[in-house]
Amino acid sequence: MQSVWTLLSWGPEGWLDEIASGVRVTILLALATLPLGLLAGFFVAIAKRSEEPMLRLAGSIYTTIFRGLPELLTLFVVFYGAQIGVQQVVRFFSPDAYVEINSFVAGMIALGVVFSSYASEVFLSAFKAIPQGQYEGGYSVGLSKGQTMRLVVLPQLIRVALPGLSNLWLILLKDTALVSAIGLSDILRQAGIAARVTKEAFLFFAVACLIYLVLAIISSFGIGAIERRFGHKEAAR
Amino acid sequence: MSEVATVTTVEKPPAPPRPWTGERIAGAVLLGLWVLCGVGLAAYLLAAWNPELFEKYLPYYLSGLVVTLTLVGISIVLGALLSVPVAWMRLSKNRLVAGFAYGYVYFFRGTPLLAQTFLIYYGLGSFRPELQALGLWTFFREAWYCAILAFTLNTAAYQAEILRGAIASVPRGQWEAGSALGLSKLQTLWKIVLPQALIVALRPYGNEIILMIKGSAIVAIITVYDLMGETRRAYSRTFDFQTYIWAAMIYLTIVELLRNVVDWIERRITVHLKR
Repeated sequence: MQSVWTLLSWGPEGWLDEIASGVRVTILLALATLPLGLLAGFFVAIAKRSEEPMLRLAGSIYTTIFRGLPELLTLFVVFYGAQIGVQQVVRFFSPDAYVEINSFVAGMIALGVVFSSYASEVFLSAFKAIPQGQYEGGYSVGLSKGQTMRLVVLPQLIRVALPGLSNLWLILLKDTALVSAIGLSDILRQAGIAARVTKEAFLFFAVACLIYLVLAIISSFGIGAIERRFGHKEAAR
Repeated sequence: MSEVATVTTVEKPPAPPRPWTGERIAGAVLLGLWVLCGVGLAAYLLAAWNPELFEKYLPYYLSGLVVTLTLVGISIVLGALLSVPVAWMRLSKNRLVAGFAYGYVYFFRGTPLLAQTFLIYYGLGSFRPELQALGLWTFFREAWYCAILAFTLNTAAYQAEILRGAIASVPRGQWEAGSALGLSKLQTLWKIVLPQALIVALRPYGNEIILMIKGSAIVAIITVYDLMGETRRAYSRTFDFQTYIWAAMIYLTIVELLRNVVDWIERRITVHLKR
């Protein structure tokens, strides 16, 4: 029976280096998903507040589906479904090819669509906080529709949406734990391997939980800094 | 002026034709894509339709559904009971008590439910001799009980925050008015504050139940055969992708049903607030 500190040391005896690589995977996955989800969420929000009923309906179907499915199921559907789909497309060209979908990419897509459907709701309610006069002001000084959106509305929108989005970031960080189920070596999977080998399950899962907590705490400090930088400059009305 | 005289009724000019703006084209294309997806899915399900498979796995899916709903139901109710003392401790003036409740809530809201479930199911297995000595091993040996424990602790933390926020949203004047009328604290809470707080809390509670139903899919990983677990079992036996599609449709139906019920209740209980 090794001591706790040996088990948690760096190197061949301990498991800290394995867990650190898991932390790296988790952070990379969350950071890679974030821009994807934000961008998709923004465009879905624009679609849902459009005057065109068909566009609104298309956006609503998207959010209804991806907010209603369990994240784990979305992950499996993307992972296995994409596997089968890509396989069939490739078989069409070369009959005996075998493709394997990268579990990192599958995780990124699945978490990205879930994140974007929630983010679209956040953006949608932030859009409501921006008065119509802002658009009219933009048009009256000769800005085009796109310019008004980019230069006038978006800077204010981000400020309003920031609390909601930071909440979603914390949820995303926790949801990354699900990718351990499709074999990606994130924190939880590495901790699980360590637990199985050393038979110290409680120790390693507790460490995993603490790492997630530390990541959440670091994130809230980061979010606080961003809010101080952008949030307080409330335009005088 | 005979031309004018013949016109007897003034008709509204016809609406100008709606132009095909970029937005409208994008809408049509995207909606078309969804329709294509829907038709493709229906065609796939029809092509893959296999009555034997359906008859064989239907009972499994139904039992999985019952397991999911039972798990969520039990955890939500137990969590609601546990959340009351936690919320009360969070509002306590004693720093130690409030700090403990804060730590509890922070831990369970800050870590993934999957990690918490692993910590309880696999982690507490490390203490098998101690648990056996206490006679608790029969409880912690079963994945089902561990899942209920983990989910209850998790949802209690979220529900405590919902409850605390809702009670805090009721203005202080309501408490003062209650005590001015000679009501005790408990009476004020029960008869004046809670009815108002529950209006605020209804939507977050509904969301929490939906989150629990979606989150409960992870128990499949610790070998509880809920809807997700049955789906994984069916898939691993048949390698037929439609098993996942069925599960997706069932989950989607439950969540949408629940969401509409919450909307309906909210409309009912806020009738007096509509202007």
